[in-house]
Amino acid sequence: MTGWKSLQDMVVLSKPLPRLEAPDKVAGRAKYTQDMHPKGMLYGGLLVSPHPAARVLNIDASKVRRLPGVKAVLTDVHPTGTVRYAGEEIAAVAATSPEILEDALELFEVEYEVLPFVADIESAMQENAPRVFANRSNIRDARVRSEGDVDAGFANADAMVESEFRTQVQTHSTLETHGSMVYWDGDELVIYDSTQAVHGVREGIAKFLDMPVNKVRVICKHMGAGFGSKLQPGRYTAIAARLAKEADAPVKLMVTRKQDFLGYGNRPNSISKVKLAATKDGKLTAFYAKTYGTAGIGTNAGIRLPFIYDIPNWKHEHYDVFTNAGPARAFRAPGCPQASFVMEQLMDELAEKLNMDPLEFRLKNDSNPTRQKEWRLGAEKFGWKRRNSIPGADSGRYKRGMGLAASIWWPGGRGTKATMTIYPDGTLDIKCGTQDIGTGTRTYMAMVAAEELGIPMKRIRPMLGDSNFPKSGASGGSTTTPSVGPAIKNTAERAKSRLMELASRLWGVPVAELVWNGGGVQMKNNASKKLDWQELCQLLGTDPLEVHGEWVEGLSSRGVAGCQFAEVTVDTWTGRIQVNKILAVADCGLILNRLTTESQVNGAILQGISYALLEERHMDPSTGTMVNANYGDYKILGAKETPEIEVIFYDEPERGVIGIGEPPTIPTNAAIANAVYNATGVRMRELPMTPDRVLTALASRELAGKED
Amino acid sequence: MSKSNSSNKISRRSFLKGMGSGILSTATLTTGGLISKEAAARILGPEGETISGRTVITLKVNGKARRVAVEPRTTLLSALRDRLDITGPKEGCDRGHCGACTVLMDGKAVLACMTLAVDARGKDITTVEGLSQDDSLSPLQKAFVEKDGLMCGFCTPGLVVAATALLKENPNPSLDDIKEGLAGNLCRCGTYPKVFEAVQTAAKIMRKGG
Repeated sequence: MTGWKSLQDMVVLSKPLPRLEAPDKVAGRAKYTQDMHPKGMLYGGLLVSPHPAARVLNIDASKVRRLPGVKAVLTDVHPTGTVRYAGEEIAAVAATSPEILEDALELFEVEYEVLPFVADIESAMQENAPRVFANRSNIRDARVRSEGDVDAGFANADAMVESEFRTQVQTHSTLETHGSMVYWDGDELVIYDSTQAVHGVREGIAKFLDMPVNKVRVICKHMGAGFGSKLQPGRYTAIAARLAKEADAPVKLMVTRKQDFLGYGNRPNSISKVKLAATKDGKLTAFYAKTYGTAGIGTNAGIRLPFIYDIPNWKHEHYDVFTNAGPARAFRAPGCPQASFVMEQLMDELAEKLNMDPLEFRLKNDSNPTRQKEWRLGAEKFGWKRRNSIPGADSGRYKRGMGLAASIWWPGGRGTKATMTIYPDGTLDIKCGTQDIGTGTRTYMAMVAAEELGIPMKRIRPMLGDSNFPKSGASGGSTTTPSVGPAIKNTAERAKSRLMELASRLWGVPVAELVWNGGGVQMKNNASKKLDWQELCQLLGTDPLEVHGEWVEGLSSRGVAGCQFAEVTVDTWTGRIQVNKILAVADCGLILNRLTTESQVNGAILQGISYALLEERHMDPSTGTMVNANYGDYKILGAKETPEIEVIFYDEPERGVIGIGEPPTIPTNAAIANAVYNATGVRMRELPMTPDRVLTALASRELAGKED
Repeated sequence: MSKSNSSNKISRRSFLKGMGSGILSTATLTTGGLISKEAAARILGPEGETISGRTVITLKVNGKARRVAVEPRTTLLSALRDRLDITGPKEGCDRGHCGACTVLMDGKAVLACMTLAVDARGKDITTVEGLSQDDSLSPLQKAFVEKDGLMCGFCTPGLVVAATALLKENPNPSLDDIKEGLAGNLCRCGTYPKVFEAVQTAAKIMRKGG
């Protein structure tokens, strides 16, 4: 194993290259799961519970079965018959056309015993609230973590701030909903799935259907995005498989947009009661947090406090709270955007109390050496000094302000295997059971191989998204690039060795006397004795060369810093926040493809703005269901809300590959909140920062001012 | 404890089906999305004939006349995707919210999920597939590729079509014009900055006659 070349020596890697599948995507040729349409395919659909809590007493599907065009019906898809959120799968049907499917779903007659429910975290936490799970309290036992002596830490402080912050439930809302197209080939099940984990889905579905793993194949060549909600096998996939079996035909089952909102993933909310203290020279001494979050009927609604700063004494008590809502799923940097909203605002409040600049205060309490440099670099590029020294100093209707916040993540590489097949005509295939969820995996697979072997990209066919390919992990936790990149490099190195052995046998000299040069082999001490790539591959005769490789230590690393700066304009008449600019200093290690990496960071920031200003799941307290389960009422950032973004890559190629998909989405909301404070002098303690909340905050300050 | 039966919600399609049998309201209806007066009225067909049940119509898609069996409630999107296997236009919401299904109808960008297939008779329909010939991408498509105006790519066909319509109307758009023109297209990956670059680059090339 050798390390990566230096940046200056790289010919292909770390350059900005368009993604290989882009021509297919811009021309509408790329086929997603939603686009699959084999001959005889049926349209599958789910009937979901309209009630947040109910017992299913009876499902009468006789009318459904009588409808011409209905080919399969399932009424036993719910495992227990006790519904705990609106959107749970109750029955399923497969029909010959989308119209018949729609009619069929309206013909089910389901008798429910409707039960009391809790729609939101507040009602779930009340005494005598209806229980989500009959035998368990809605509030789970505390998870407590601590370090040092918190009481002493607060006692020894000169200044303290105390506050409460709230963040909302955000839904993943991938543009392609969750779903699969499946067919049976004898006793083998083939699944096209919109997934972030072809191997994981294979294992999960095999288990679910009690089938041998080797009889299940999962394919995902293109998928309409995943931000964590598509990491797990879906019940809809197993249902589609059963429908396909019953009907003896392929079945496509994509959940509807509304179903997607209700049941297939969200980021938990958070309520944080927090205290932070420091000495008068600006050293943090103690932090305390009591937090609550709901993951619906699921768990892991935690928030990653105390975030990034050096705090010698801290304690964090967290309580998951059950509600009658769809279970949360991992969502881009789980627990972190919430933590940045809380801690970065507390830091600003404490800095103000100590009469210190927020940046200076952070530099005193952030021992990460990379971020120390990034803070300074970002502040200089952004013109941090231009900032209002007095919050809310702008006169008039429009007020401008600046804020900052930090990023963190812990991605690293892990077990990934790959196969390279080199054909006698000089072309080659790389197979890896990873997936490209829009992150450019396919493209850098070819780039790594091209760089290592010294051959043109066009000879290389990178293949992924198939569970028949060597195992790679799920595309989550920003682990894909630091896993797949090194695995491809290792495989290419082994291919080089094998090809050099061929030359060594041909020339009757030891391999040690040979050297790899520009896509071919030559004698170390006789540059005229050489074989180029084409000649080398011809030595294979008629047998392709197959080489296996895997992820190895030393080519990737974990641990990410990073920081962001935001400038906003607040319209104090309408309460509208306009983000003028975000500057991100992104921790990137060795960048494999500069163009697609930039896109990743842009996307993370834009999702961060969307989380900060727009997105919020609204649960109706009277019906216990999500009232804005559509793209019209659930607001997501669009073209018009997209501000200027400047990304500064803080290159550290010597660290090898690290993941970048998640970290840049963490600080954006907090940088904006701090900028709003700097603009208006008003602290936003609840996400999203919608105009009504901004106006309320502005008004309450004015009222407070009048009372003074 | 109360008991309830699953409600037969009125969906857009079933509502339209009902309308096909004579309830021709001219109001703007909200059943999750909006139905225009025009769309509702035309269920009778351009010559006033009543369409009901399964019917075979001809659609002109990407320059070719295609015969397709639809129902009055069948959307243009479903006709394209489910009947003709033209899957460039994507279904993101089926409610006219996300723009992933955008196609050109007589040169104008329309949402195929909010257009009934029967209303598309006699119109020139161009999907993203019709913007390139064989392997030759349009200057705009090329710019999307080069500037990385896509990530997962699911919204891309809609964005490419919407941007094509925008450049036809305004060959020299400002950044704000571009944002306005693409405001109806949702990209969950957040590719917008690169999309703006792609549209600006393509505009420049197209003005030079490239």
